[in-house]
Amino acid sequence: MSAFIQEHGLLFGWLTVIGQILLFTVVLLLSLAFLLLMDRKVWAAVMMRKGPNVVGPFGLLQSFADFGKFLLKEIIIPAGANKTVFLLAPILSLTLAFAAWAVIPVAPGWVVADLNVGILYLFAVSSLGVYGIIMGGWASNSKYPFLGSLRSAAQMVSYEVSIGFIIITVILLVGSMNLSDIANNQSGGFWTWHVFSFNNIILFPVMVVVFVMFFISALAETNRPPFDLPEAESELVAGYQVEYSSTPYLLFMIGEYLNIVLMCSMMTLLFLGGWHGPIPFGEEFVSNFPVWMVNLGHLAWFMAKTVFCFFLFALVKAVVPRYRYDQLMRLGWKIFLPTSLAAVFIVAGYVVYTGVQA
Amino acid sequence: MGLTPVELIAFYILAAIVTVSAVAVIAAKNPVHSVLWLITAFFTSAGLLVLIGAEFLAMLLVVVYVGAVAVLFLFVVMMLDVDFVELKQGTLGYWPFAALVGVAFAAEIALVTFARATTGDEINANPGAATNAEAIGQVMYTEYLLLFQLSGIILLVAMIGAIVLTLRHKPHVKRQNIAKQTARTRKDAIRRIDVESGKGL
Repeated sequence: MSAFIQEHGLLFGWLTVIGQILLFTVVLLLSLAFLLLMDRKVWAAVMMRKGPNVVGPFGLLQSFADFGKFLLKEIIIPAGANKTVFLLAPILSLTLAFAAWAVIPVAPGWVVADLNVGILYLFAVSSLGVYGIIMGGWASNSKYPFLGSLRSAAQMVSYEVSIGFIIITVILLVGSMNLSDIANNQSGGFWTWHVFSFNNIILFPVMVVVFVMFFISALAETNRPPFDLPEAESELVAGYQVEYSSTPYLLFMIGEYLNIVLMCSMMTLLFLGGWHGPIPFGEEFVSNFPVWMVNLGHLAWFMAKTVFCFFLFALVKAVVPRYRYDQLMRLGWKIFLPTSLAAVFIVAGYVVYTGVQA
Repeated sequence: MGLTPVELIAFYILAAIVTVSAVAVIAAKNPVHSVLWLITAFFTSAGLLVLIGAEFLAMLLVVVYVGAVAVLFLFVVMMLDVDFVELKQGTLGYWPFAALVGVAFAAEIALVTFARATTGDEINANPGAATNAEAIGQVMYTEYLLLFQLSGIILLVAMIGAIVLTLRHKPHVKRQNIAKQTARTRKDAIRRIDVESGKGL
């Protein structure tokens, strides 16, 4: 990015960067509208319902109708609430959810900021996400939201630990914290993807387990069912969101779904080969086309994998019953933490012994 | 050091935010607001670190201090039921101590700055390595290996100490043994008994 700005002058460079960010945001929000619908449709299909099917063909415009409704309703702020913090919380949630997307490369070179510490940045920003929830729960000045936010904070801090260790295994394999490098390390077909890592066959059982643990930790980190205790409706009504209505609620919800899709894209980049197709072929044939056309193909692979991960998220929501809180903590601290620590040991030993790293 | 105008503007904006939020930490009436200002100060300092090219340190600052330590702060402050207005009554009386600490900090910073200035070479965030992370790793695992491991052991001891202090098994509390539960089969759980009619068990 900085090289680009130096090349094209300050003003033009910055305008281009701002244009990129706007484009990325708009595309992201539009895809989110349809992913939300997909979530509900998958959920409905598992229950043998039809799901939303009234607004537009197959209910395709449902999310836009919901959006309009959220915008037009009245914002209610509880009398005892801490007004500034109450309104700041959803804004913070949404901003952080968007900020994390800045380092996600969707195709070779198609990234807003190609940071060398990209994955660390993702980790840092996602660990900040807990503030939106704590602030929202506290500022509501009400019991259910406060309990919900406490639960959520403890849950997110616990599962961040295992996510951190899992990320370290991938960093060890690649030898770089740049997300583009991580994706390019898996360019040689599906057998080089980090889930399977058939090219380092000894690691195969480790990496599969690590991938499954990452998926489950991602569910817990984003407060998705079966770990949606912060908003467990049978106990806490809706957790930290109880007092929120209209646009602030919408901001919370968009932030939450952005984080879910972010986790899906992280699974894609770290384990499922990023934008690379499962079988590498036609490199020479493809090189005849202009770069943007090839990149569109890469983008299609990236989106397909991310949507597949999102489908798994939606399926889990429909199939698995909710965990009890102590079981959740037990899973995080007594099972995932030792297992991921062991995985770091094994991968580090393997990398040092064989020197696979570039 | 050659700073571009944009970098200078960014530095002054970030530095101003750090200063203002640091003052607000002390000045805020509500303790939760104080912690929120503290988080702002941490986060903005990470921005300053990015500005000098120490992006790895910046990310660590955000992950460790903002993502973990400050969350615990916020927890404690929210849960405590202390009358903070009363607690804050005599705060102004402590100003000589505050001034002493401030002077000490200023003197230390001045000392380091002057000592650096005599050597004449610029402060570089990435000495002899491509990235900040590599530069830190190269000294941490060679020159300072013993100190690094020692601090790790101190942290481990502290952690075990905290667990030992809080861990207690109450005798009459029923605990769940998940392995035992999942190992239970139909055979050990269900018996079929033929009950003669009119007799009961």
